[in-house]
Amino acid sequence: MALRFEILGRFNRARAAQLILPHFVCHTPLFMPVGTQGTIKGLTTNELEEIGCQIILGNTYHLALRPTSELIDEMGGLHKFMNWPRALLTDSGGFQMVSLLHLADITEEGVTFQSPVDGKPMLLTPEESIQIQNRIGADIIMALDDVVKTTTKGPRIEEAMYRTLRWIDRCIKAHKRPDEQNLFGIVQGGLDPRLRDLCVKGLVERNLPGYAIGGLAGGEDKDSFWRVVAQCTASLPEDKPRYVMGVGYPLDIVVCSALGADMYDCVYPTRTARFGTALVPEGVLKLKHKAMADDIRPVDPTCECMVCKNYTRAYIHCLVTKDAMGSQLLSYHNLYYMLKLSRDLHSSIVRGQFPQFVCQFLQKMFPEGDVPEWVCNAMEVAGIDISSCCAPFPMSHDEHQTIYESKWVA
Amino acid sequence: MKFRVKAWSKTGRSRVGELELGSCPHTFETPALLLSTRKGLPHFISPQLLPSLPSPDSFLLQCNPLHFIEGIPFETVSRIGGLHDMLGLREYALAAAPRDSDVCIPESNSSNKFGASFETPSGRHLIKPIEYMKMISSTKPDLWTTLADEVPAWVSQKRNRTSVDRTVKWLDECIGQNVTGGAVFGSIVGGSSIEERQRCAQEIARRNVSGYWIGGFGLGESMEQRPALLHAVVTNLPEEKPRQIFGLSLPEEVLQGISAGVDLFDSTYIYDLTIGGLALTFPVNGTEPHPSDYQLNDNVSDFTKINLKATIYRKDESPILDSCNCYTCQNHTKAYINHLLNVHEMLAQTLLEIHNTHHYLALFRTIREAIKGDRFEEFKHKFIQGRREASVL
Ligand SMILES: [Zn+2]
Ligand SMILES: [Zn+2]
Repeated sequence: MALRFEILGRFNRARAAQLILPHFVCHTPLFMPVGTQGTIKGLTTNELEEIGCQIILGNTYHLALRPTSELIDEMGGLHKFMNWPRALLTDSGGFQMVSLLHLADITEEGVTFQSPVDGKPMLLTPEESIQIQNRIGADIIMALDDVVKTTTKGPRIEEAMYRTLRWIDRCIKAHKRPDEQNLFGIVQGGLDPRLRDLCVKGLVERNLPGYAIGGLAGGEDKDSFWRVVAQCTASLPEDKPRYVMGVGYPLDIVVCSALGADMYDCVYPTRTARFGTALVPEGVLKLKHKAMADDIRPVDPTCECMVCKNYTRAYIHCLVTKDAMGSQLLSYHNLYYMLKLSRDLHSSIVRGQFPQFVCQFLQKMFPEGDVPEWVCNAMEVAGIDISSCCAPFPMSHDEHQTIYESKWVA
Repeated sequence: MKFRVKAWSKTGRSRVGELELGSCPHTFETPALLLSTRKGLPHFISPQLLPSLPSPDSFLLQCNPLHFIEGIPFETVSRIGGLHDMLGLREYALAAAPRDSDVCIPESNSSNKFGASFETPSGRHLIKPIEYMKMISSTKPDLWTTLADEVPAWVSQKRNRTSVDRTVKWLDECIGQNVTGGAVFGSIVGGSSIEERQRCAQEIARRNVSGYWIGGFGLGESMEQRPALLHAVVTNLPEEKPRQIFGLSLPEEVLQGISAGVDLFDSTYIYDLTIGGLALTFPVNGTEPHPSDYQLNDNVSDFTKINLKATIYRKDESPILDSCNCYTCQNHTKAYINHLLNVHEMLAQTLLEIHNTHHYLALFRTIREAIKGDRFEEFKHKFIQGRREASVL
């Protein structure tokens, strides 16, 4: 085990902790920006440090293709290759294959796929995934799991869960750098509480440095989503970090944190920036909207990032989707927003003001008091009273309907 | 605006000047480079990284008001307080001109007596002096050039004469709008005709302007034609006022312009290099290139620049230039930039634009020192000789 997880504060199930990794001491709840190919949308590593990025997620599948894990290894690992002094996490590569390649097929041996380079059949085994991740050298590496869509039904879910458990042993055995890299296991089991429970028990027996909740954010309904998170966080060990994979809408992060999850990753903030959408406390702001051309307010008047301090919506409007700088500036703001959200979650839990923070967050996002039912249900389980923001909030939000989109569509 | 020539080269017309612009707190030494921008910001360098570039050299930006035609109403730019406020670049000196080399190309066939035509990504636009001046009054640059009817080198003498007539007339119309603030540079055209160049320069020199913008270059004329054309223009201009040129951007072209007495240049070259994955590596301080800095077994690299897409850099753990103190060279290896180019990540262009800007500004600094030490013609000769030899290798 190459990490320490020290809880600094709690509110019911929610926790704020210090995650001490080989390259950086991270604070949870923690949002991890995705830097697929060893970089994030034109932002320099200096800028990423400045906005408070603590850990970056790299995609093993992409990195193994280019520049290859052997080259990264030769260059002294990914930290050195991209000159990033803080923490890194790599995924197993399996999910990317299954989601990007139509021709991926999962057998007991591993994930078979057609090489995008020469079309030859290739096989990614649990051993190989770990070997590649060992070469890349991230602080946290992920076990190869058998991913099925949450919307899948029938025996395939059960098969995937048991296979994930069999593969974790092969991953543990293949892991050559346990003193420098932390192998996280991934809980599978679809939406079936019995399977999820079996998987959690199986993984916990292996005493891993941390656990991820996988197979979510794949089109399941929100009520099923939070119930799986709530079930898993309740049975995972207290003293280990819990990572909900692929989750990154601000509202989802707040809910999952209330339920006791610690880490998140999502391409959403940078991907949506490319399409001209900014994350704001009210929801999202579509900078492409015609009304923005005359709007001389900052993207988010309450935000203290470089972009909001210097630029108007009108100027960003004229850049977005046309100029490289547009997506660079909006990515900067969106990542700042997510990282600030992480910091606020952490500090409000530490200061014992988590419920107040949650209520403020929900009030801004749902000024009409129309907090979705699934959020209300989840908060009840989390033991957070949000009744004060479920009634209409007395403030004028005239533009709310036209400019902001406050409903989150998963 | 304040301008003063502080050193002349004893042989030739090259000179070192001092330029102060608008409310910009910096004094710029000329010959200087104006950094080209897209909608007011450098192409790939975020405003956060701009201060890492050499100061004050990098505080001189070239802006094109036409970039905003389809993105943001000019009244809105005005309400924001002009370009400086809109770009968050209050300490920067902004020089406006309606032409650039990649998104706003003069389209002489469509220009007419009413205005100049430009080919842009949002289509062709005919800009009349009155409209142009509205853009200037809302964007409030520190320096702006009058509207010009630029024509390529191959047009008829008649068309050339018309272009001079129009450009002079438009200058009067532009100044006639009485837009306050911002130094005015009068545009000079005349294509490849010595007489028309002379005539235009003489006409414009009679007007009340703070400096001169020499247009109509980089439009098909040959390098050999230029010295005579530049001579025809510059000898007809008062010495105490600054001269800006557009269209001379390769190092050899810049040196040619400086020899003729031009003070301000555009940075199109940097953009072209950056887009091509190329990094400048020529020696800037007069020293000979170090052989270990160059690996010449790819197709594009020579002693002046390297092609970072080349596979020889795949595992190269050294910076673009060991001796360079730009952000890129201080933080990243050739191998990393090679990877970023291979996977089409924007950070590649950001890092290359930083290095190339840094390096080209260093060349301008060296040139100024050479002029001050009365070594410019010697420097120019050696530099061009070195580049020639390198391209033969
Ligand atoms: Zn912001
Ligand atoms: Zn450099």
